[in-house]
Amino acid sequence: MATDLLWIFISAMVINNFTLYYFLGLCPFFGVSDRISTAFRMGMANVFVLLITAFCAWFLNSFVLNHAPYLRLISFIIVVASTVQFVEMAIKKLSPALFRALGIFLPLITTNCAILGLALFATNKGYGLVESLVYALGAGGGLTLALVIMAGIREETKLLEIPKVIEGTALNLIIAGILSMAFMGFAGLFSTT
Amino acid sequence: MKNTVEASRYRAEFVKGLWKENPVFVAVLGMCPALAVTNTAINGIAMGGATLFVLTFSSLLVSSFRKLIPKEVRITTFVIIIATFVTIVDFLLQAFMPAIHKELGAFVALIVVNCLILGRQEAFAFKNPVRLAVVDALGMSLGFSFALFCLGAIREILGNGSLFGITLFGPDFEPWIVMILPPGGFLSLGFLLLFFNWLKQRQEKKGVENGY
Repeated sequence: MATDLLWIFISAMVINNFTLYYFLGLCPFFGVSDRISTAFRMGMANVFVLLITAFCAWFLNSFVLNHAPYLRLISFIIVVASTVQFVEMAIKKLSPALFRALGIFLPLITTNCAILGLALFATNKGYGLVESLVYALGAGGGLTLALVIMAGIREETKLLEIPKVIEGTALNLIIAGILSMAFMGFAGLFSTT
Repeated sequence: MKNTVEASRYRAEFVKGLWKENPVFVAVLGMCPALAVTNTAINGIAMGGATLFVLTFSSLLVSSFRKLIPKEVRITTFVIIIATFVTIVDFLLQAFMPAIHKELGAFVALIVVNCLILGRQEAFAFKNPVRLAVVDALGMSLGFSFALFCLGAIREILGNGSLFGITLFGPDFEPWIVMILPPGGFLSLGFLLLFFNWLKQRQEKKGVENGY
């Protein structure tokens, strides 16, 4: 059981990294990856929302959607968005410091594709509650890792002289491509042992 | 007279999505599906077609109900309308094109969160009459499909040596496998954007030399 969970975690984090392998959550990946500190906070906000999503998706799948499978997509979106909003209000009241650190990112990511992707993938794989939560942690960790590495590289590129023709999105995409290639190396991680 | 003005307006709204405001190449919207499913040209077209269906019908509905939808809850309403059409297209593909549905996997469902679709509802369909909204949606989604086809074709030709599953080169061709793997998506869009930047820069330079 424990090895299974570890495998789910590692696989979601580096081998099938959400950003670099599945292309999910690219908007924040390119949008807020210009400083390491912001990128890290964005990553943590993602972990937070992913955990809530995993729980909601498991709950809906186990108790509601058996009777109406065609409502899956609609109910995922609405339930996740409103739960996140609710938890956001609770945090604002209970821990203003945490809210200041994560708050501004929460509305941005409630319906981003990484979040919905996690709900759909976890459903398709038939994960239970614990597995879903571990999967969410791994996926969130992977998103944070990719964001922070990207931000680190982009901080460095600001100090360099870059030809005007490649500046902006083109450069970011090519950096992401090289990063994605590097992450492909993890694919052989478990097959050898 | 009025008719010609109107006709040119329709044409302008239709054409802008194809090239000048192309959602992928210019606005860089909806990148997740654009990169994730374009490992072959046919997948790119299928994704484009599914997006066309969803965007056109969502725009049609949003635009017809634009006076009834309260402004405060408009985003939620858009999302529910979009999600409904995505569910329909998901079931249609599953029923009539199971092979394609399997290839695209969860990415059909993820059309819901394609920012291009929500963006068009918010920026255009909610403010404009039905016919104009549909024309805009058609133009935008054709531009999106075109971009997806370009990406898919480039990746398939380089990564597999084929187009639409037909082998193009002789047995001596060494496929560039990385292009059909995830890094190829980032790289090919990156280099395409680089190429467009270069074109634009060259045009601007020419403009300066000619004294514009």
